[in-house]
Amino acid sequence: MSVLVLAESPKGKLKKAAFEVVHYGFKAAQELGGSCIALVIGSADEVSQLGKYGASKVIHVPEDRGGMDSATYTDMIAQVVERESIHTVVVNHSSTGKAIAGRLSVRLDTGIASQVNTVPQKSDQGITVGRPVFSGKAFAKYLIKGDRRVLSLMGNAMAPQEVGAACPVEEVSLQVPTPRVIIKETKTVDGVVPLPEAELVVSAGRGMKGPENWGIIEELADVIGATTACSRPVADSGWRPHHEHVGQTGVAIRPNLYIAIGISGAIQHLAGVNSSKCIVVINKDPEAPFFKAADYGVCADLFDVVPRLTAAFKKFKAL
Amino acid sequence: MKLLVCISKTPDTTAKIAFKEDNTQFDENGVQFILNPYDEWYALVRALEIKEQLGGSVTVINVGGPSNDVVIRKALAIGADDAVRVNTEAIGSDVVAANIAAYARENDFDIIFSGKETIDFNSSEVGAMIAEHLDLPFISYASHLDHDGTTATIARDIEGGVEVVEVSGSFVLSAAKGLAEQRIPNMRGIMMAKRKPLNVIDPVVVESKMDIVSYSLPPVKEGVKMIDPENMDELVRLLHEEAKVV
Ligand SMILES: Cc1cc2nc3c(=O)[nH]c(=O)nc-3n(C[C@H](O)[C@H](O)[C@H](O)COP(=O)(O)OP(=O)(O)OC[C@H]3O[C@@H](n4cnc5c(N)ncnc54)[C@H](O)[C@@H]3O)c2cc1C
Ligand SMILES: Nc1ncnc2c1ncn2[C@@H]1O[C@H](COP(=O)(O)O)[C@@H](O)[C@H]1O
Repeated sequence: MSVLVLAESPKGKLKKAAFEVVHYGFKAAQELGGSCIALVIGSADEVSQLGKYGASKVIHVPEDRGGMDSATYTDMIAQVVERESIHTVVVNHSSTGKAIAGRLSVRLDTGIASQVNTVPQKSDQGITVGRPVFSGKAFAKYLIKGDRRVLSLMGNAMAPQEVGAACPVEEVSLQVPTPRVIIKETKTVDGVVPLPEAELVVSAGRGMKGPENWGIIEELADVIGATTACSRPVADSGWRPHHEHVGQTGVAIRPNLYIAIGISGAIQHLAGVNSSKCIVVINKDPEAPFFKAADYGVCADLFDVVPRLTAAFKKFKAL
Repeated sequence: MKLLVCISKTPDTTAKIAFKEDNTQFDENGVQFILNPYDEWYALVRALEIKEQLGGSVTVINVGGPSNDVVIRKALAIGADDAVRVNTEAIGSDVVAANIAAYARENDFDIIFSGKETIDFNSSEVGAMIAEHLDLPFISYASHLDHDGTTATIARDIEGGVEVVEVSGSFVLSAAKGLAEQRIPNMRGIMMAKRKPLNVIDPVVVESKMDIVSYSLPPVKEGVKMIDPENMDELVRLLHEEAKVV
């Protein structure tokens, strides 16, 4: 009985999240028994490297067929679960993983916990595992009954660590039904780390006054290699693209550093960002609620401070 | 088009989060409950628009106790034709999904709408589960949906962008921001809602495989360290040496 993790490799490259889920699977196997087997579906390079982060072997299903839907993924994973006698399946809490996890739990007739951020522990009736609830405002410990279960791992919750060496790769071909959902087009911004995976995020709100002022935000983000984000009214007014909107109704993120510029810190905004490891708030209003959620605050006009912060980072990078 | 919209009840976004019974239960005292925004603003409204375009009916379904009738009536006031409440506490996404699927199986819907997630537990589980129970395609996080009567073209949110997909026949989707614009119920809608059918049915599945053992609140932040706006070098130094994030 082992742990199976789905290591995503969009565009043929293993994601950072793939290393996270493998390392989480390795730790889960230490607690629950067996080893961690990584499943890679579609073309991918150097999958044996997953061994370094704790996979005992990689099952690689090379065929891609121009896009999978949640049902085809579920079918493939379910086949591997039976072959390898798996007790725990872990996917990332990503757009792909989230569409699969619920389906798979029904297929396997197991319990499920989503967005987990602690390593599962054995209990009399099954396992216990922790996850944030109420948009990060609280934490809940779940009991999942039974001897099998499906988990989705929250992004940035598990820092991948090297624990071993490259592992064997088994190339496997699986029979799968034809996807009923046809992927027509994928429109993503190239060259930037997507928000859910970003470690550094520079975010700005209505304090910016208008879209024409975003140059200083982009420059700051550029200098430190951060991804840009925004508050909801900014996206709603069309100042910035919708996929940049963070918060309760937008993307929930958990970067190492979140710099919030000209954002008041409404509870719905905080709901999507308050799990960030370090929060810097730049706001000219000393009463802005965001300061209460911040680690570092700068109370000043953003149009003065942001260029100065950018210059300070440039100086630091040059050292 | 026969359309089904899954609606859930959640604490208002600004509700104070507290626990009772030795941190094993959410304290509902003083908490105001609302229709889950993803279900109300996006799923329900887009379903109504599809009905307006192609004809048919919109049924809303909720799994929960009698106290949920208030939010169910709101969905009727916004424009749903009728409502079903499966009379059991919504303990566990597995119980919710199995009950909704059991109802849907008897009634052949063309599209089943769910929300992206409930804003209290943020699980994002129920939609995918219903799809698997019914062996239907599932499209998660839909932010755009066009339907010509046979084929749906849907944009779904993915990391850093969207994926455009096509699906024919019945399917399940989960609604994200962008799918529709919020509608405020008017007086006429509220009056009509009182006369629309709200059918209470018995559950088929009552036992969940999941249980919450305990809750805790995140550790309080130590308090913000204010930095002199003239000294951004100091902020960078702290981020590097103290917070260790750059
Ligand atoms: C159900 C629901 C869901 C929601 N979901 C989200 C969500 O997901 N994400 C989200 O962000 N919001 C969400 N909102 C909206 C949220 O309540 C706030 O309205 C929104 O976050 C405010 O955006 P803001 O901080 O950019 O603007 P404002 O509240 O207008 O704040 C602007 C800030 O900029 C500061 N400022 C102005 N000029 C300067 C300057 N020159 N220098 C420095 N500082 C300056 C001001 O002091 C102020 O604090 C939601 C609301 C509801 C009801
Ligand atoms: N008790 C419920 N009754 C009806 N639908 C629900 C219920 N709980 C969740 N849903 C639906 O499932 C979606 C996702 O919920 P969840 O998987 O719990 O995050 C919600 O947006 C609703 O559309």
